[in-house]
Amino acid sequence: MAKHRGRGVASVNYPIGMNLGGDPSQALVHATPTGKFVVTLSSIDLGQGMKSVTRQLAAETLGVPIEDVHVDTGDSDTGPHCMGSFASRGTHRAGNAVVAAAREAKEVLLEVAAEELEVDPRDLELDGRGNVRVKGAPARALSVRDVAQAAHFKRGKSISGRGMFLVPPSDVDPDTGAMRPVTTYAHACMIVDVEVDDETGEVRVLSIKAAYEIGRALNIGLVEQQLVGGAWMGISHALFETVEPYYPDRAHGPTDFNGYLMPGPGDMCPVEIEIIERPALDGPYGAKGIGEMCATPPIPAIANAIEDAIGVRITEMPFTPEKILRALDAKRAGR
Amino acid sequence: MVTAVSFTLNGTAVAAVAEPAETLLSVLRHRLGDTSPKAGCLQGTCGACTVLLDGEPVLSCLLLADAAEGRRVETVRGLADGPTLHPLQEAFMDRFAAQCGFCTPGMIMAAKALLDRNPNPTREEVIEAISGNVCRCTGYLPIIEAILEAARRLAARR
Repeated sequence: MAKHRGRGVASVNYPIGMNLGGDPSQALVHATPTGKFVVTLSSIDLGQGMKSVTRQLAAETLGVPIEDVHVDTGDSDTGPHCMGSFASRGTHRAGNAVVAAAREAKEVLLEVAAEELEVDPRDLELDGRGNVRVKGAPARALSVRDVAQAAHFKRGKSISGRGMFLVPPSDVDPDTGAMRPVTTYAHACMIVDVEVDDETGEVRVLSIKAAYEIGRALNIGLVEQQLVGGAWMGISHALFETVEPYYPDRAHGPTDFNGYLMPGPGDMCPVEIEIIERPALDGPYGAKGIGEMCATPPIPAIANAIEDAIGVRITEMPFTPEKILRALDAKRAGR
Repeated sequence: MVTAVSFTLNGTAVAAVAEPAETLLSVLRHRLGDTSPKAGCLQGTCGACTVLLDGEPVLSCLLLADAAEGRRVETVRGLADGPTLHPLQEAFMDRFAAQCGFCTPGMIMAAKALLDRNPNPTREEVIEAISGNVCRCTGYLPIIEAILEAARRLAARR
């Protein structure tokens, strides 16, 4: 009886978004009378950072400080339409819509500012600190707040923009069966080291090292946060979680956290991640998405590492001690 | 028949009526309006409801409100000093230790109990201290790092 170490590798090409008859997202941007901007969005932030990334995209496109952008995801029923926060699509699909809406709002902003300053709007720029100024003559400037006030109370104009991003429906080619449901893919490669106890059947993940190619990383902190969380989720899928351990027999299914096991803080190995940025041609500032893909590569990598360690192939998740020991028994019996 | 229960909540004397067998979590959330402890599993397995009772972490979803009578209860709501966040809260932000945020109040209170008792914990002691708190998003590593970071910041202040 001994503990065996093994190493496994897995690669993933992950489609960003999905396409069931088209994949649209919509965003609206408007300025308040005080020159702050509101992005109205139905792409919900469930902790992945949709609001942070939306603020960054809108502020960058408008040319205003990030503090001056508020994101309202209050009601997906009455807000602009979004297919939802899933399929790693938020940053790519909704992000593109936010950029489009912010561009249109900026055009109106510059039009109003041009009227106020009596110049051509093409000669204007934003300084990123809340002012519109004449290119080459920065003394001729107006605060965004003053422009918004003029728009509201003098010019009767709404500084606002509509943004829509659609990946159109992808039809199946009748001759070849080929289709193109998505426009961009993210990529990753992961190396996992494990230790397998051939007496208890327990698998312990010792280390995870991965490289992720995700287009432009709009917010590196959020990216790393999701990738580390995803590594944990992948370990959990691979080794712990199931609602029907003897499917199709429903017996012994867990009903609470006492039975539905997941790795705890003490089960977590060091995670080392390298980010590779190859901007996507059709992404907002080159961004792709990372939401789902980060939970996938640990599963095949762990399966491969187990095989490397003890020479058995486990083909059903999760790779529980029971399955490991049965597979070892079968191997010893020459089956 | 309801009974009265009184205790100190984040330094303020409070009193509430409680149904028989009503939990401390229910009194905090529904009678006193402190919704910072979260109602997760309601059976003591997720840790989201963790509050401190006389400085010790307890699962407020299992503790009867009567048990808090005359004692000192702390929740994450009382942690910040006006607009100034507690070093644990700051470190959780700086280390990206929260995603959906549902486990965060319980995590921070479990961590506070640790740091109050042991200002210079090892990584293993941090892991032990939060082993009763379930997190579904972060993979725990940023939380462990944040708690160690908060300990360093608190030490630098002394």
